[in-house]
Amino acid sequence: MYAQMVDTGTRVAGNELDAAEVRFQKRIDDGIRVEPQDWMPDRYRKTLIRQISQHAHSEIVGQLPEGNWITRAPSLKRKAILLAKVQDEAGHGLYLYSAAETLGISRDQMVDDLHSGKAKYSSIFNYPTLTWADVGAIGWLVDGSAIMNQIPLCRCSYGPYSRAMIRVCKEEAFHMRQGYDMLMSLCRGTPEQKQMAQDALNRWWWPSLMMFGPPDADSVHSEQSKQWKIKLFTNDELRQKMVDQTVPQAEYLGLTIPDADLKWNAERGHYDYGAIDWEEFYNVVKGNGPCNRERIATRKKAWDDGEWFREALVAHADKKSKSKLQAAA
Amino acid sequence: MKSEWALWEIFIRSQHGLAHRHVGSLHAPDAEMAINNARDVYTRRNEGVSIWVVKSIDIAASSPDDKAPLFDPANSKVYRHPTFFPMPEEVKGL
Ligand SMILES: [Fe+2]
Ligand SMILES: [Fe+2]
Ligand SMILES: [Fe+2]
Repeated sequence: MYAQMVDTGTRVAGNELDAAEVRFQKRIDDGIRVEPQDWMPDRYRKTLIRQISQHAHSEIVGQLPEGNWITRAPSLKRKAILLAKVQDEAGHGLYLYSAAETLGISRDQMVDDLHSGKAKYSSIFNYPTLTWADVGAIGWLVDGSAIMNQIPLCRCSYGPYSRAMIRVCKEEAFHMRQGYDMLMSLCRGTPEQKQMAQDALNRWWWPSLMMFGPPDADSVHSEQSKQWKIKLFTNDELRQKMVDQTVPQAEYLGLTIPDADLKWNAERGHYDYGAIDWEEFYNVVKGNGPCNRERIATRKKAWDDGEWFREALVAHADKKSKSKLQAAA
Repeated sequence: MKSEWALWEIFIRSQHGLAHRHVGSLHAPDAEMAINNARDVYTRRNEGVSIWVVKSIDIAASSPDDKAPLFDPANSKVYRHPTFFPMPEEVKGL
């Protein structure tokens, strides 16, 4: 997902939960939201900082693959829509950074951690956008998967995170639809345009399934996160939902999902799907995906190039407050 | 230069004449930029007609530890709600 394999810290074996932790867990079980000033276990705080900042970084880095196409959109209408979509992602990053800051980490620290490679962002944004159809595939599959993960998070136990998710979810529906709308146009167009859409689906399908994170059997931290209600469904549950929802949508477009093992399982009431290449996933997470280096380099350059402007804003603000003081004297 | 911009809390009045409501926070070097940024971050879909920005450090908040002394006294005063007084069905306008 936008936050993958979030470490929940280690609890010393055999260590009983102390009284405060028991009370904390009881409040969570009762559905009472945790707010910034409330007492919380250190591991809960640290896990959430990792999860929310990773999510924020994903929104910010997630602007890059699509931002690539703003100047090359095929019409003014598509360009305006894409611009609005990418701007929303910047907003999502900001809501989430703010939520993480309520846990006691500074914005500068988070930005530093992203740029130094210490903090992660979603594996999905390390794949290239080779054609215009990729922008449609991202909206449809990537934002579609994000919605699936984020709607339950609107009910998560940490107040600021859940409120940020509510805002984000309201905006994501537009992202998914504009992507699908773009693919509908391509699929109703020339054979070459339809082929372009099929090619995008071929390349984005598997990375989109990987985005939900490792299979449940290998997800060591899921149990704790579920107990804390900062993860409400397992990786495999969400992945299955995504497959079930997407197959009919692909059929409507007349596109073929690139999985020979994909078939309806009447007994389970779900689609069965083929094996995922987890080696590829771990490789991308380790920093060796097709675009990992380029993404961070682009982020850093934007940050560095903006430095003079950030400084100018501060200088201007200082000058104004000084002249105000003088006028008052 | 490594000084983080101040944190501002953002309040928006929606279209419907309601009170300004807290929507979130953001960083900005001064109030003017905080308003500009709030416009971009929190009102991209006509969410508001007016913006207030307040420096986070200027907000005084009640402590979670005071929750009981502050708010429990209201629990026993059910007569403050109109539903406390059952009214005869046949009498109108109450
Ligand atoms: Fe987003
Ligand atoms: Fe998102
Ligand atoms: Fe999105």
